[in-house]
Amino acid sequence: MHVSILKGIARQASSVSTTLLGLLALTFFMGRMLPIDPVLAIVGDQADQATYDMVHRQLGLDKPLYVQFYLYIRSMLSGDFGNALFTGHRVADDLLKVFPATVELATFAIMIGVGIGVPLGILAAVYRGSIIDHVARVVGLLGYSSPTFWLGLMGLILFYATLDWVGGPGRLDVAFVDSIPTHTGFMTVDALWEGDMDVFWNAVSHIVLPGCILGYGSMAYISRMTRSFMLEQLAQEYIVAARVKGLSGWAVIRRHAFRNILVQLVTVITLAYAFLLEGAVLTETVFAWPGFGHYLVAGLLAGDMNAVLACVLIVGIIFIGLNLITDLLYRLLDPRTR
Amino acid sequence: MNATFRIWLTADVTTSPWQARLQRAYFGWRRLSGNRLTMFGLAVLVFLVMVAALAPLIAPEGYDAQDLAKRLAAPSAAHWLGTDDLGRDVLARMVYGTRVTLMIACLVALIAAPLGLLIGTAAGYFGGWVDIVLMRINDVFLSFPGLILALGFVAALGPGIRNAVIAIALTAWPPIARLARAETLTLRNADYIAAVRIQGASALRIILRHVVPMCLPSVVVRITLNMAGIIITAAGLGFLGLGAQPPMPEWGAMLSSGRAHLSGAWWISAVPGLAILITSLAFNLLGDGLRDVLDPRSDS
Repeated sequence: MHVSILKGIARQASSVSTTLLGLLALTFFMGRMLPIDPVLAIVGDQADQATYDMVHRQLGLDKPLYVQFYLYIRSMLSGDFGNALFTGHRVADDLLKVFPATVELATFAIMIGVGIGVPLGILAAVYRGSIIDHVARVVGLLGYSSPTFWLGLMGLILFYATLDWVGGPGRLDVAFVDSIPTHTGFMTVDALWEGDMDVFWNAVSHIVLPGCILGYGSMAYISRMTRSFMLEQLAQEYIVAARVKGLSGWAVIRRHAFRNILVQLVTVITLAYAFLLEGAVLTETVFAWPGFGHYLVAGLLAGDMNAVLACVLIVGIIFIGLNLITDLLYRLLDPRTR
Repeated sequence: MNATFRIWLTADVTTSPWQARLQRAYFGWRRLSGNRLTMFGLAVLVFLVMVAALAPLIAPEGYDAQDLAKRLAAPSAAHWLGTDDLGRDVLARMVYGTRVTLMIACLVALIAAPLGLLIGTAAGYFGGWVDIVLMRINDVFLSFPGLILALGFVAALGPGIRNAVIAIALTAWPPIARLARAETLTLRNADYIAAVRIQGASALRIILRHVVPMCLPSVVVRITLNMAGIIITAAGLGFLGLGAQPPMPEWGAMLSSGRAHLSGAWWISAVPGLAILITSLAFNLLGDGLRDVLDPRSDS
């Protein structure tokens, strides 16, 4: 048994490292596809030949392609993504600063997605074909089909501009910005840390709308998957056996069916969390949320390849990492895979 | 439909391949048309195609006819959906925008489907190293969410609608390739493939003539279901200003242009967003229905 686990880990490691290498090749290739001369982008077209050649050498563009690729991998793996021209800071520092904002938003969103999606999916499966099943289906379909950036704008019009129920764009009202020191980068946590309830409630009022809209998509996905996992379990013979034994309806569902879908559910939720990064790009743009997606778009619009490629690479690495984690969780939680 | 034709069409025993094919299409259609939601999706898409084809006849004015005196006018009898910040009729731009959206969707499908099919069937049919290399490449592309990868490609290629199409197509082929590979693996050792091989057919011929047709139904379903995501991604690129450039009436870009006038002129953003929602909903409904008909293995 130990040998098979070791073999599994070895296979996993080789698969992860080749995917990672491919990922690096892809971003390297993207950087070279550029129609603009990277040297000209730095020195400008007024520079003389000597300056041009110097920068050309500094960027390593005079070396053969495979050497460039090797140097690229080395600097990427050591966390050196170069400088972001549009902020004037190192990309790595920028990313560390913007990531907590995104993680805070995504965590709020996944809580919405799980908190509503899982119960909805279970109810839809248990009362298959009933009105609640249809409602769940429609809610899910709309979630799959609606552009989140549009939902965000409409939400802002309705709940912020018209009803004034929630805070507007950004993480805090202007009056509160920089009013508390940064500990974790999570605005709500920092506010609690300082014991400043005004800031806390202000931060909450700002995160509610983007969080719900971002969470809607994952709720649609999670409820649909929960429903199909539950249906699969409810059709099993052991469920019938438990019923025949005299267990009440909900006890069967809670103790037998639900417990058996937990492993699959964890996988789905991890995946949904990862896909929130994608949704964050547009949601953060709409809500001027100073997170990772906002940074990526700003870099794109400024034509800053260092920042953009670093973001793309990071997302790829996060995805590989989360896939790896789900795989390990599967092995840990599901005795059948041992 | 006359009675003899109906009997011929529903005969228990078919006498020609032509009849069998027609019969299958007929039964498929009957099952498809029995599902009201699917029919709704299909109707919406047919409607959109007609709007796109007849755009110059339907649109009240040109998509770029500016009238600054009437800018930001609310919906009225003269402008059913109001006007935008340059005084252009929103309805006219919506109608022409249908062309842009459907064109992007079609072009992406036309690039991504053959690419995915070819890569997937080749990987499945040849196996071994070809399979390993192609599927590793596939894994790399699959380790990204579509929009992020598309953003990376657009950053490298530069903004514009042509590059947006290329970028989205580059993100759309991997799931198709994976699907085609799985289908091919189940076919590879089938007797009829062996028979064709013994007759001396080349690998290329076997793949193109005997494997690809068998994969088509599931690929069509997948691409229809993915179309919703493709349209939303394209609109997202337009929204960020990286897809279609002004004055092209692309729905995502139109939506974005309304951001500055949200509280006063909500219709500039609301209308294109609703259109994107309805279009991708229609593709989702049609895709669900097609899956039930063409792919009996999947549960729904």
